Amino acid sequence: MKTSNYIAILFVAILALASCKETKSEKDLGTLYQCPMKCEGEKTFDKPGSCSICKMDLQPLSEPTALLADPFEISDTSIFNLTTKWKTEEDQTIELVDLKGKPLVMVMIYTTCKAACPRLVADMRNIAKQIPENKKEDLQYVLISIDPETDTPERLKEFAIENQMDGEQWTFLQGTLSGVREFANVLAVKYKQISPMDFSHSNIISVFNPQGELVHQQEGLGVDNKETVGHILELVK
Amino acid sequence: MRTVLRLTYCLALFWTTNAICQSKMVAIQGDTYIPLYGRDSLQVTISDFDMDIYPVTNKEYLQFVKDHPKWRRSAVLKLFADKNYLSQWGSDTALNNNQSLNAAATNVSWFAAKDYCECQGKRLPTIDEWEYVAMANEKLPDARTLKTYNEYILSWYEKPKTFNNEIGSTFKNYWGVYDLHGLVWEWTLDFNSVLVSGESRKDVDKDSNLFCGSAAIGATDLMNYAAFMRYAIRGSVKARYAMKNLGFRCVKDKKRSTDENL
Repeated sequence: MKTSNYIAILFVAILALASCKETKSEKDLGTLYQCPMKCEGEKTFDKPGSCSICKMDLQPLSEPTALLADPFEISDTSIFNLTTKWKTEEDQTIELVDLKGKPLVMVMIYTTCKAACPRLVADMRNIAKQIPENKKEDLQYVLISIDPETDTPERLKEFAIENQMDGEQWTFLQGTLSGVREFANVLAVKYKQISPMDFSHSNIISVFNPQGELVHQQEGLGVDNKETVGHILELVK
Repeated sequence: MRTVLRLTYCLALFWTTNAICQSKMVAIQGDTYIPLYGRDSLQVTISDFDMDIYPVTNKEYLQFVKDHPKWRRSAVLKLFADKNYLSQWGSDTALNNNQSLNAAATNVSWFAAKDYCECQGKRLPTIDEWEYVAMANEKLPDARTLKTYNEYILSWYEKPKTFNNEIGSTFKNYWGVYDLHGLVWEWTLDFNSVLVSGESRKDVDKDSNLFCGSAAIGATDLMNYAAFMRYAIRGSVKARYAMKNLGFRCVKDKKRSTDENL
């Protein structure tokens, strides 16, 4: 009898050691504080104090710093909050925030597409055609591949040349599978690979302001793009 | 001595009930099957993977939000979650009185669910993986042809507020996974690959102006109304949406982690 008791105790002791440590931070963390200059990046502190590097007072995080008027501030709805890495057709690695400053016209395509993408690309060119000559430089057109495994920077470069979209204001992007999936979800673009060479996808052209906030979306192929062009002209005024 | 022993037994009981917090996984053996919406060849091949036995609970999500302040209700970016995000909760880091710690975490956006899984070294399941595990009943890996299987799911659709129920309150399926049906809907990694427009008439027309290649994506078995509902929900939500009956669970690849199961 005694031995079995000891065994039971021993068993539970082992359980105690092996059980999950999730009780550790049950207590509420309360307000978090952060250096206003972000000297240590996104590091946060549980107590008020001063930053060890710039000596400025730490600011509570829950009060959002109201800097909406600042044109360089990235707002809550900006796509520049995404930190995924992309490769351009020139084989440069960028983040979306590197496109900040100009209004963006974006579309998701894949270069082996035979059905809708040539028409989508034509729609993009049609939009570009309607922008006055002196405003042409103020815009950035971004074509993002939904097939990052096939559409390498070299392939995208070829596609750009074939379609006379090799100018400064055209950017082609290759992402990672999850980066593309995430970005498609930001644009509410749906797509599905139906065979190794083919995708189904929604045909959506999106317009962003220079802060990366969505201004307008045009859905469908060969639709009247008057509204889209209107929104773009509004942005480059 | 006797008191020590009683205490020990109590503790043992406590730990066994508490072990749910570990978010245990079970192995799912891959195979080839025909989902409701497949690729051009109809068949889909699933590799072996591990799946969470239960959906992620309020308790687990509460801990996640405490550890990752950017996912608190007051701090979350509007780009990643709409205003319903955790709207049932009492505060940033506390549940409401009527919410159970062991109920599935809901009102969570796709971005949040994806990040949660990635923080655990896991990922969201693909639609094909989720549907593969979900076609099992208690005894069979594929029970889709059984009347009882479909009736069970459809009767759940009629039950109100099942999202308040605790995890593990539905049946344990062939793989040892609970609550795929009967508790909450669940996010999938590639939910935005469902190209069903909101309006049924549009789908019949296979509106080729809205979707490139839409003619290739017909449903294989329209009798499977329960599954059709799931695809319809996936086709209608956006990644920012947070809904009170939409939760999630994570999976893990067997060997080295690949990006997506394509």
